[in-house]
Amino acid sequence: MATAQAIPHPVVHETHHHETDFWRTYIFSTDHKVIGIQYAITALFFLFFGFLLMLMMRWQIAHPGQPVPLVGALLENTLRTAQGGSLAAKGVISADLYNMFGAMHGTIMVFMAIVPLAFAAFGNYVVPLMIGAPDMAFPRVNMASYQAYVIGGLIMFVSFFIPDGAAQAGWTSYSPLATSIASNGQAFWLVGMVCLITSSLLGAVNFIATIIQLRAPGMTWMRLPFFVWAQFVTAFLLLLAFPPLEAAGVMQLMDKVAHTSFFLPTGLAVGGTLAGVSGGGSPLLWQHLFWFLGHPEVYVLILPAMGIVAEIIANNTRKPLWGYKSLVYSALTIGFLSFIVWAHHMYLTGMGTRVATFFQTTTMIISIPSVIILTCMFLSLWGGSIRFNTPMLFVMAFLPMFGIGGLTGLPLGFNFSDLHLHDTYYIIAHFHYIVAPGTIFALFAGVYYWFPKITGRMMSEFWGKVHFWGSLIFMNLIFQPMFAQGMAGMLRRMVDGGANYSQAQVPDAIGGLNAHMLDLHRYILYAAVGLGLAQIPFIVNLFWSINNGPRVTSDNPWQATTLEWQTPTPPPHGNFDQAPEVYRGPYEYSVPGHGTDFTPQNEPEPRVTNPKTKPLTA
Amino acid sequence: MDIPYTVQPRPDTGLYNAKVGIWLFLASEVMLFGALFSSYILLRVGAVEGYWPHGWLNIPIGTANTLVLITSSITTVMAWASLKMNQFGRFKFYHACTILFAMTFVGIKSYEYHDKFTHYSIKLANGKIADGHLVEKSKDFNLEKKTGEMVIHGHEVNFAEATGEKLQEELKSIYDIRSPEGRKAKHSELRYNASQIASMETYGPWHNTYTAIYFTLTGLHALHVIGGALVIGFLWSFGGKMWKTDPERFTNRIEISGLFWHFVDLVWIFLFPVLYLL
Repeated sequence: MATAQAIPHPVVHETHHHETDFWRTYIFSTDHKVIGIQYAITALFFLFFGFLLMLMMRWQIAHPGQPVPLVGALLENTLRTAQGGSLAAKGVISADLYNMFGAMHGTIMVFMAIVPLAFAAFGNYVVPLMIGAPDMAFPRVNMASYQAYVIGGLIMFVSFFIPDGAAQAGWTSYSPLATSIASNGQAFWLVGMVCLITSSLLGAVNFIATIIQLRAPGMTWMRLPFFVWAQFVTAFLLLLAFPPLEAAGVMQLMDKVAHTSFFLPTGLAVGGTLAGVSGGGSPLLWQHLFWFLGHPEVYVLILPAMGIVAEIIANNTRKPLWGYKSLVYSALTIGFLSFIVWAHHMYLTGMGTRVATFFQTTTMIISIPSVIILTCMFLSLWGGSIRFNTPMLFVMAFLPMFGIGGLTGLPLGFNFSDLHLHDTYYIIAHFHYIVAPGTIFALFAGVYYWFPKITGRMMSEFWGKVHFWGSLIFMNLIFQPMFAQGMAGMLRRMVDGGANYSQAQVPDAIGGLNAHMLDLHRYILYAAVGLGLAQIPFIVNLFWSINNGPRVTSDNPWQATTLEWQTPTPPPHGNFDQAPEVYRGPYEYSVPGHGTDFTPQNEPEPRVTNPKTKPLTA
Repeated sequence: MDIPYTVQPRPDTGLYNAKVGIWLFLASEVMLFGALFSSYILLRVGAVEGYWPHGWLNIPIGTANTLVLITSSITTVMAWASLKMNQFGRFKFYHACTILFAMTFVGIKSYEYHDKFTHYSIKLANGKIADGHLVEKSKDFNLEKKTGEMVIHGHEVNFAEATGEKLQEELKSIYDIRSPEGRKAKHSELRYNASQIASMETYGPWHNTYTAIYFTLTGLHALHVIGGALVIGFLWSFGGKMWKTDPERFTNRIEISGLFWHFVDLVWIFLFPVLYLL
């Protein structure tokens, strides 16, 4: 018979109360957590869009000259030529449009999906929390970097819809082709790149300054979680490697609009007539400047992923990472060496043997720290008490997948074998193995892992596992055949999938592609569709779990040691009331003598269940 | 929790946050201009013998600009030092000088650019090349319609018919105008009808790779001068507010903008010998 009575409870006042409207809180925010989520949403959108471009390309390769199902009419009506016709007349992807899809797929995936997701999204959200900082060192610069990214992304996206469409000279934009094409797509690409590079530079400055200056008391360099080290090196790569591409972009833009000849050789003829330019330039100059960024860029793509893998392995094996110092020094070495290997992308430009030998040597040397990192991670599993949750599954798959990707890079690092494999499907398989079942798996793992800190809810384990197995199987079915195709001589960027070079079409040619190699295109297409379907559980899971996933019962559901888990869920603006004090390293899991199997970094005294057992460390 | 070390330096690094930030940014700028300088080297090394220009830029004017920038760097330091000594009035004076010097630099540069954009290289129908500065162009001058005429002050060269020593002399009269052979060319007023002209262009970035890298390098540098001047100008005009509420933080901002300004000056110290003297 008790009547419910409102129990008066004290009103909790926030110590730091900001009256901010919707716009300042969610759109024009300077809070690193909001900016991190903004980066993540935008990057995931571009990842999805880049995936669609790939699907259309794979359709064309498997069914050259046939109208694209589902979206053929949409392509025909939205993508126009300068003459007023369509780039996809009757729903068929023209050769120019195929090249556009190819160039933009690469550009979007690298610069607008993976780097913003791996570096900017995860880095922005997690790094300040992990080091015990209230925010990034420069919150307004942080907001500016996101806005530059959106502007650059929009320019790139919009370029599809201008007359004659987007850039079509590959994501590598080699001159003279890039500027000889009459359309303005390349100009849009270059302006977009300048915006994206600006965004990355601002972000890089922020990350480095934050990690140097805002580590909480007691957070020494060698107590930093490996994820922070990885982001630190990545930031340096972006800071120092991007500006040469920015310079090159300005120069190529001048070639396009100011009729300079930075990259145009004397005597250049376009379409049979002499181009009216001064000449005297060097196409190789563009390649050197591009790849000077291009190579560090691939380490930008992998290092944050390795950081995520390291954190999740330590957490789910309940033991410290094996070889923390080796990991740190290897990451630093990779950072340094990545600046002196770039011309291994240019072995076929006619370089002399001395230069080729130099780059082969540095390329072989750089594989050593990469293998050290992978080995440390494999060894970290030994003797672990492994929890096979969704993040751990992705991370464990990362190890062999990145292994395959890395090992298949070895014949490419050598000049003599690269002669045969350069610009073939082998290359596509190699780098996609690293980025797709490599980096992207680590990023998926990171989403499942940090989701409960951001939202206070867990994602569905069941659908996570469905997502995992589907992605793993289909990724391999897509890219494994490409190694064979590449070794058989199938070249990249061919709109007809190689039909022009097939034994069917030119029976007398030596080394023509046999029917089986071309047939593989169909199976790859089916696998690509399968991969797309396998992402549906992930997308649904992600959005549904925000409001409906099982609530976490603690702020630290994974029982992790790092500082981001020692905050309220989600962390409030300012993250910590006062700077946390760090007493120990990042991976105190299963330390003998401690009462629990993990001790957070800011725990002064480890919990002791048996008072008779003395802790090893204070 | 507030962001620490925005004004007070962090003990183990001895730096406040913005100082770390600006040095990192300057490192990226070194890579940016470094890439352009590297491109200059590659283009020059790859140029055909005798065709890389020398003496196309006026050294006294360049020297004047160099002194302008160096002096502006000095006034930048004086401005910061004035704030450190709590002398806001002197800070205002010194940074006003800095801004004036910046505008002088850009003004002189504009004059140099104008000189290039009025310097014509005219391919005549008879195979010769007329090279000189524009004196006047008739109102009805139209190259496509072949109407009108133009007058330049310069000289004619003939690369087509010259060989050996004569060709070297002709080349030098265009490309190496500081050399004795280059100085020999006599300049006079030359008048051409549009019908005598096959094509023509000014000494803009399109003219050859030297002008291309010259305009790109100095153009990007000038943008940095303008940007730096705008920031210093903003702090000069609206900074007084922060001087009253947080003088140390304001002084740090002047230090940061000063560091950027020194970098801009340093880039010019490299640009001047490379483009003007070599």
